[in-house]
Amino acid sequence: MTIAATYRDASAGAALPTLTLPPISPLTLALFAGGSGDHNPIHLDRAFAAKNGFDEVFAHGMLSMAYLGRLLSNWAPPERILDFSTRFVSITPLRAVVSCSGEVSEIADVSGKRCAKLALKTTLADGTVTLSGEALVQLD
Amino acid sequence: MLDKSKIGAETEERQIVVEAGMLRLFCQAIGETNPIYLDEAAARAAGYRAIPAPPTYASVLSNLAPPKTDLVLGVLGADLGRMLHGEQGFTQHKPIFVGDRIRLRQRIADIYDKKGGALEFVVLETSLTNQDNELCATMRTVAVLRN
Repeated sequence: MTIAATYRDASAGAALPTLTLPPISPLTLALFAGGSGDHNPIHLDRAFAAKNGFDEVFAHGMLSMAYLGRLLSNWAPPERILDFSTRFVSITPLRAVVSCSGEVSEIADVSGKRCAKLALKTTLADGTVTLSGEALVQLD
Repeated sequence: MLDKSKIGAETEERQIVVEAGMLRLFCQAIGETNPIYLDEAAARAAGYRAIPAPPTYASVLSNLAPPKTDLVLGVLGADLGRMLHGEQGFTQHKPIFVGDRIRLRQRIADIYDKKGGALEFVVLETSLTNQDNELCATMRTVAVLRN
């Protein structure tokens, strides 16, 4: 598969360079809670998670979306990312290794701007898809 | 079941100044090392008027400037422990920069259920407007309640 190193190389079917993150630790989640302002204890407090039917705390969906944001804004400057959306398909457990990947699904004119439509996802080491999304990146 | 008559309910307008230190903490939390987010000189060298906000930062600004009453947990009275994040979308109209004074408004755009009410969905729409009254971003958030 062709790799498009940046938005300048975008062509239909080309892949974005993959981003694989270090395993998610309790520290990762504590830092993200502080850094993102999302203090939901389901991500921090095992007793609270257990009371709500989860064996263990799990990662914020927005942490994985922020990782996808890193993939995107290292591919194109942030002001070119016109649209960015994800569905949170499955939970990201503690200790998971998240990989972010993306592919140019088409080059299209959107409101008179030439754009790359991207298909994005985050996956765990066992292949489980955790986030599935799209982005629209302005090319010129 | 959630009260569908609350569709259209809105928060008061909230304001927040985008701070470099908070933005740096967010970058640290996600491992972001791109210098345009961390170093004002690098941002200016790349042609920006100040450090730009990373792609999902609109949601952070919303978290950092919470309304007096949360629409899902307060207005709808949902249980935090039953809530999951279903979907998130950002549409960017103008970039947000460090130093901007951002005004946020949020409303309940829709409430619906699936599986005979076993799962309920709340769609929130948030707008972010800067000090020059330019609409910078709109956000769509879908919260899922497990009943």
